[in-house]
Amino acid sequence: MYTPIYNGITQLGRGSVRLVEEIGYFGALLVETLYYTVAGWRVGQPVRVKAVFEQMRQIGVDAVPIVSLLAIVIGLSLAINGIAQLKTFGAESAIVIGLGLGVTREFGPLITGIVVAGRSASALAARLGSMTVSQEVDALRVIGVEPIRYLAAPPLIAALVMMPLLTLIADFWAIVGGALFSLSAVEMSLSGFLHQCLTVLEPWDIYQGLIKSLIFGTLIVLIGVATGFSVTGGAEGVGRATTRAVVLSICAILVADMVFNFFLYR
Amino acid sequence: MSTSAAATSKEPVIEVRELTTYYGRRRILDKVDFIVEPGEIRVIMGGSGSGKSTLLRHLLGLLTPAGGSIRLLGKDIHRLDARERLAFKREMGVSFQGGALFTSMTVGENVALPLREHFKLDENTIRIMSRLKLEVVNLGGFQDLMPSQLSGGMIKRAALARAIVMDPQLLFFDEPSAGLDPVVSAELDELILKLRDAMRMTIVVVTHELDSAFKIADKITVLDQGKVLMTGSVAEVRSSDNERIQDLLNRRPRQIEVNVDEYLERLTGSGDED
Repeated sequence: MYTPIYNGITQLGRGSVRLVEEIGYFGALLVETLYYTVAGWRVGQPVRVKAVFEQMRQIGVDAVPIVSLLAIVIGLSLAINGIAQLKTFGAESAIVIGLGLGVTREFGPLITGIVVAGRSASALAARLGSMTVSQEVDALRVIGVEPIRYLAAPPLIAALVMMPLLTLIADFWAIVGGALFSLSAVEMSLSGFLHQCLTVLEPWDIYQGLIKSLIFGTLIVLIGVATGFSVTGGAEGVGRATTRAVVLSICAILVADMVFNFFLYR
Repeated sequence: MSTSAAATSKEPVIEVRELTTYYGRRRILDKVDFIVEPGEIRVIMGGSGSGKSTLLRHLLGLLTPAGGSIRLLGKDIHRLDARERLAFKREMGVSFQGGALFTSMTVGENVALPLREHFKLDENTIRIMSRLKLEVVNLGGFQDLMPSQLSGGMIKRAALARAIVMDPQLLFFDEPSAGLDPVVSAELDELILKLRDAMRMTIVVVTHELDSAFKIADKITVLDQGKVLMTGSVAEVRSSDNERIQDLLNRRPRQIEVNVDEYLERLTGSGDED
């Protein structure tokens, strides 16, 4: 009766149902968060500015050093690779546009997204998860505070503000990092390199990266919040949710990046 | 605060009719009726898995029932719009089993949070009102401590202060004496009695501690396996000849009847129940 095929199909069915459920939950979470952000004050559920600033600090400002550092590293890597490949064609000077486009369109937002996912998706999941376990979320609800307005809206707004800013910082440092390696190869000064980089870049190249960063920020916060709220099973559950939040949000970022690129360059 | 019609007339404060709820396929509550008069201290008693926590979560509006209706203070709690629901929350306070204090805030901020969210008051008023409630629960001067610095009994009392900070008509208390030593839990019992007399609250306490239940209860509702076994005064419950109730009162182990077929099924089954 319980053949492997039967079991396999059962698993597949359950998995699909869970997936649809989860996507629906994410969608509802996003809609509700936006609702409270825009119209919460009309039903006595205003999003507190103070909480938003606190989240902006945690998600954005605190991430500046690590984002900058990793951006320099990525910039260096791109330049090392780029120069090595371009040398075979004797076209080292193309590193300027190569680096500029690569960083602003792809690697700036991506490295920002991955760092913020690692820092903030886990932090959100752990914080909301332990609040769920210790009934603090229930306590909010019975006090009359909608948990989504109080706990989910501030980080979402904060991420939407801070992700583009972080991405700009990452763009800058990655280009500086790449430039430092390329200077001797292309025989330019640093200021000359940066100046030329700015002239070859279109505003749209930078906007693309910023739009991506908004999508990444939304995904990170939604995944962090959703996994946090759905924690069951005590401390063990909180640990599992934290891991899940980081893995899921990095996966989501990479897939979203690919989909975005696909539609952009089609 | 506001005295609605429910508090002045003899209309029940809590009116639960035929509440039925499931967890997966398992029926947790089965047509539970639960009616509480104003000014009453009602204890919900029952063993683990009797459904008492589930009943409480329904009363708090944290769960949606599969069937039946729940009316608190004369209003069906599942037919309120956002504004009504918010106004309604001012009339009820809850002290959770583990306290559920917000760990990121001081005790004072915890107690002040409901005030901040519901009313536009200046800082001074909020501070005075929250300190007043901390004094009521004998935690005066502790407002600047973090919840992690409090003992178990203090956490319960701080949670109680937060629950009563808006002077609710209706107070819910989940397991007041769980994890506390007898002296502290006796003090909490006194506090509950004092609150009812001083503030004329209707209080619902969920507990499995017999001493505490007998001391504070006006009436006791005994739940077992999702059904109401009986509702009555302390004396009535004590003298009940229901076997389950006597088991509970005398700390006797349950007589577990074993159904041979089900037993074999459990041992050999694949565990694919849900």
